[in-house]
Amino acid sequence: MSLEEAWEAAVIAGKQTAQSQSYGPEARGGSCKAEVIISDEKIGFTKVQHPTFLMALTQKSLDTYGQNLPEGCLVLIDDTLTAPAALNGYRVVKLPILRTAVEKVGKAMTANIVAVGAINGLLKFVSNEDLKSAVFLHIPKGTEAINEKALNEGIALVEGA
Amino acid sequence: MGKTVLMQGNEACVEGAIAAGMRFYAGYPITPSTEIAEASAVRLPQVSGKFIQMEDEIASIACAIGASTTGVKAMTATSGPGFSLKQENLGYACLAEIPLVVVDVQRSGPSTGLPTSPSQGDVMMARWGTHGDHPMIALSPSSVKETYELAVRCFNLSEKYRTPVIFLMDEIVGHLREGIEIPESVEVINRPEPEAYHAKDLAYHIAEGELVPKMAPFGKGERYNITGLLHDASGFPTNNNQIAGELVTRLMKKIEANYEDIVQVEEAHLEDAEVAIYCFGGTARAAATAMEEARKKGIKCGMFRPITIWPFAERELLPVTRKVKRIVVAEHNYGQMVHEVRRVAGDHCEVKFVGKVDGTVITPQEILQKIEEA
Repeated sequence: MSLEEAWEAAVIAGKQTAQSQSYGPEARGGSCKAEVIISDEKIGFTKVQHPTFLMALTQKSLDTYGQNLPEGCLVLIDDTLTAPAALNGYRVVKLPILRTAVEKVGKAMTANIVAVGAINGLLKFVSNEDLKSAVFLHIPKGTEAINEKALNEGIALVEGA
Repeated sequence: MGKTVLMQGNEACVEGAIAAGMRFYAGYPITPSTEIAEASAVRLPQVSGKFIQMEDEIASIACAIGASTTGVKAMTATSGPGFSLKQENLGYACLAEIPLVVVDVQRSGPSTGLPTSPSQGDVMMARWGTHGDHPMIALSPSSVKETYELAVRCFNLSEKYRTPVIFLMDEIVGHLREGIEIPESVEVINRPEPEAYHAKDLAYHIAEGELVPKMAPFGKGERYNITGLLHDASGFPTNNNQIAGELVTRLMKKIEANYEDIVQVEEAHLEDAEVAIYCFGGTARAAATAMEEARKKGIKCGMFRPITIWPFAERELLPVTRKVKRIVVAEHNYGQMVHEVRRVAGDHCEVKFVGKVDGTVITPQEILQKIEEA
């Protein structure tokens, strides 16, 4: 649930937010989704109806959720994935998120934090400083260095692109 | 002002409960309420409270009732299937006048139903699930922030009136995460107790002009009996018809006579409304968006949201039914509160219903359709 940190950062930055996610066996492994709304105004309906951004890290989730997106929705996917025909005409950004986690950060499980950096690099909805504070609220003690590296590598994926 | 934190509805329920003074939790986990047990297990020991996981839902409420008799603020949480099991002891707590908060994070039913999809199918069970005539207070939150606030209020009402209070949550709010500002302090009400513990005090004695007994915690003051049988002022069973009638009448009156103190509603844009959406709990979020969409289309739409589900907010709803042309009732069930709304509306306005029993969420579009329907 890498969007969680991004959303926590939005709270730190003083915005209205609402998050919900798949609940069931799939949340423990499988194709699951998390939905986040970030707004300057009070949030009514808490489910995302017209996404402006979608991130998918597996082919299955991209095939499932990369359908019927509204015009103008920005799509971020891992560069190992193939964008389905339904995404023709959309702006699809492919970044080596999974590979960066393994090769540059040195731990596959940091992919979510790499993704958080990449998301903010693309959307720039909070300062990198707020983003770092949010990530630090969610990680076990003693893992600050590797998570900061993952975050910075994620930001660099966009800024270096 | 407190600090803004991100929190799930279920977690906010526990934080609010602890702020209100909850120091005992007994439960049996069930989705979508499980995080309430998990958070209580972590948080209660930190405030010198006790958490216990019991063997089932019946034992859980019994255990919470037992703790509460000794003067400790107690809570149990469950979902529909467990709420069914708790009904017998809920009635016991009503009659024995034991403060208690029972949380029901509703999911699709009947039976074990559809774990874990949103539902509001326990509304009527919250009112009439336990047998016999009994008073009932139930509150229903529509945001994480309100979950915190109402958890506090559930305890306060429960203590003040010495009666179980149902915190009727739903999956939508229970599993929703939002930013909330935790207040530095909250108003806390404690149950009425005698000024001193005298051996001569009868536990269930009602002072002149009052409706709630000032009972000493069990084990202090006069030896008294707690029973599910109708009883006299000492708590021992009685077959005296006059005492029996007076007792049940007083139990009902203690809530009826305090309607103004207990019932809260939220009204939005009703001043000029021609259509009103009646909604509660998590459904109110879709309703709020539907109302905005309707207003954008030039429809004079408002919203009526009971925060207190029981007692039914009919005094507030009545003038609305005399003003608008149509009320759209949106609830996640096959139609429960809609009957109450129809009863109050009579022939004064049209009542339309939007419900769901397939486990999916009612969308703003579905409500809007009923608003616009010819």
